[in-house]
Amino acid sequence: MRTRLIASMAVLLASSTAAYADASDGVVKIGILNDQSGVYANFGGKYSYEAAKMAVEDYGGKVLGASVEVITADHQNKPDIASNIARQWYDTEQVDAIMELTTSSVALAVQAISKEKKKIDIVTGAATTELTGAQCSPYGFHWAYDTYSLAVGTGGALVKEGGDTWFFLTADYAFGYSLEENTANFVKANGGTVSGAVRHPLATTDYSSFLLQAQSSGAKVIGLANAGLDTSNSIKQAAEFGIVAGGQRLAALLFTLAEVHGLGLEAAQGLTLTEGFYWNRTPEAAEFGKRFFDRTGAMPNMVHAGTYSAVLQYLKAIEKAGTDETEAVAKALHEMPVNDIFAENGKVGANGRMIHDMYLMEVKKPGESDVAWDYYKVLATIPGDEAFIDPAKSGCPLVSQ
Amino acid sequence: MTTIFGIPLQAFLGQLLIGLINGSFYALLSLGLAVIFGLLRVINFAHGAQYMLGAFVALLLLQYLGVNYWLALLIAPLVVGLFGALIERTMLSRLYDLDPLYGLLFTFGLALTIEGTFRYLYGAAGQPYSVPPSLAGGTNLGFMFLPNYRGWVVVVSLVACLGTWLLIEKTKLGSYLRAATENTVLVQAFGINVPLLLTLTYGLGAALAAFAGVLAAPIYQVSPLMGTNLIIVVFAVVVVGGMGSILGAIVTGYMLGIAEGLTKVFYPEASNIVIFVIMAIVLLLRPAGLFGKDA
Repeated sequence: MRTRLIASMAVLLASSTAAYADASDGVVKIGILNDQSGVYANFGGKYSYEAAKMAVEDYGGKVLGASVEVITADHQNKPDIASNIARQWYDTEQVDAIMELTTSSVALAVQAISKEKKKIDIVTGAATTELTGAQCSPYGFHWAYDTYSLAVGTGGALVKEGGDTWFFLTADYAFGYSLEENTANFVKANGGTVSGAVRHPLATTDYSSFLLQAQSSGAKVIGLANAGLDTSNSIKQAAEFGIVAGGQRLAALLFTLAEVHGLGLEAAQGLTLTEGFYWNRTPEAAEFGKRFFDRTGAMPNMVHAGTYSAVLQYLKAIEKAGTDETEAVAKALHEMPVNDIFAENGKVGANGRMIHDMYLMEVKKPGESDVAWDYYKVLATIPGDEAFIDPAKSGCPLVSQ
Repeated sequence: MTTIFGIPLQAFLGQLLIGLINGSFYALLSLGLAVIFGLLRVINFAHGAQYMLGAFVALLLLQYLGVNYWLALLIAPLVVGLFGALIERTMLSRLYDLDPLYGLLFTFGLALTIEGTFRYLYGAAGQPYSVPPSLAGGTNLGFMFLPNYRGWVVVVSLVACLGTWLLIEKTKLGSYLRAATENTVLVQAFGINVPLLLTLTYGLGAALAAFAGVLAAPIYQVSPLMGTNLIIVVFAVVVVGGMGSILGAIVTGYMLGIAEGLTKVFYPEASNIVIFVIMAIVLLLRPAGLFGKDA
């Protein structure tokens, strides 16, 4: 027994010295940390883990001769749990980078830890612009979308399409207010008006009362400044009360393909939303979408495709830097253009923001959709430079003004 | 245009009707709770889970066996009622002699277990359940567009509430039930199988919850958390009505639904606490509840 103990300790010691001797310890380890059982389980969840594994396989499973490993965990939307996992991954499991990080509170917490530990984090699932604003990190990247880009897309572009009077249905907490405010600004900047807003408590089950108020406001567009189940329920009940059929337009400010699928086209038809990815937009994206579907039974949304892109770009950056050492990889990530199924000529700002085109979508009517999961009509493309905050004005201390 | 408190009459009527619809769910659910508490003295925290189970049974019946809404409305309460009876017989009945707190803890644990299992199996995101085709669409009432399905919910829950009330207050079976809770030993001496009566009662309460669950499925998404969201409100309804008062639960359910609906117009931010404010006031002024018999 004693000999075995000593032997195993020796092995352990040997392996850990090896880890310090070689910068890339023979393995590049990527951690996908997100919500896998709660309200965002379909938004990112285990599907993002699958997307990350696909990226590694597509890259050949190896970088600089080292094998690439993807691990995952459920943070249950709790920043404290996420922080513990992140520390454990960095300190004892030799994880090189953490990605996905759905939910803003979690993303901010883990980005702070990554910064302190000098590790790379690439956020695809969270929305807050703080990640590349006041709380930016030299090793932190924000890949798929943010609240600003959603507001520009849905708020700005929709006004140009003729939706010039707005009424907001807003979740009564910070996220809802900031989404409403951002969007209202773009509506007004484009010559539209906001006729009113109603604040509903978080996790309300019945929206009929609020919807009737929105209906009687006569506004052309009803903006849903809420998320997750709240948005799904508002849309479902709006359909029930004949709001879209009555000529008003619903604009979901944070809604993806996964939630559209959950609702079904019957209830979601006519909905306008902004996403950074649609599988049926280009042949390359469709090819990726089908491969993803074969593995998961679902088509990817912008979080899943964004995670694929982030992992792929991270591996390319290691290849270019010739090491997996954080400073060098971060430098490469900042310099390299992003060209893959997710982004065309994407670029990374000094604040860590990956700037790429966003798309204004309309959900098809049941009769218009002939293939399974064919849910969107692309109404407009929002060029990256308009869709995201100019890094120089982001408030990120790393950007030389 | 005529206005009431600065709100156009039409909008006011619309909100009143919506309050009535939500009140139907509160009434149906608090009715089941009141029956169980009134007759068994058990504070059934698993009521929300049983409501969720009803919706899920309907969804699974549709997905795997193609059973339509109307049949599900019969089958789901039956299945969940039997499940409730089984729980009562094997576990809950052992706790009758102990402090009521044990029943509360047991049913609370049961609720967590059931919800956790469904969350694990089906995820937390909701799953859609369509409105039956014969009730799709809506009717323009002049002052609002009423979805037909919601109209149906009001009617059918009124019928269910009245039916249950009549069953317990006006039938022989109901009188046995009430007698059994007053004096178990005496009723048993008359040759009536009291434990069976209690099992039936718990089964009936669970079935009522499941019935409300099936009614709710087409309006809300079917999700493992749908019961958790509702159960606390429903408890408040029961407390306001008077613990154990069946008529109180029904009337209060509709009343608070309307109060909540109107709050959503005048001060929407407070709409999820107005019921608890009312509960606090009622407890201060009438600790036994509006319809409670004694303190």
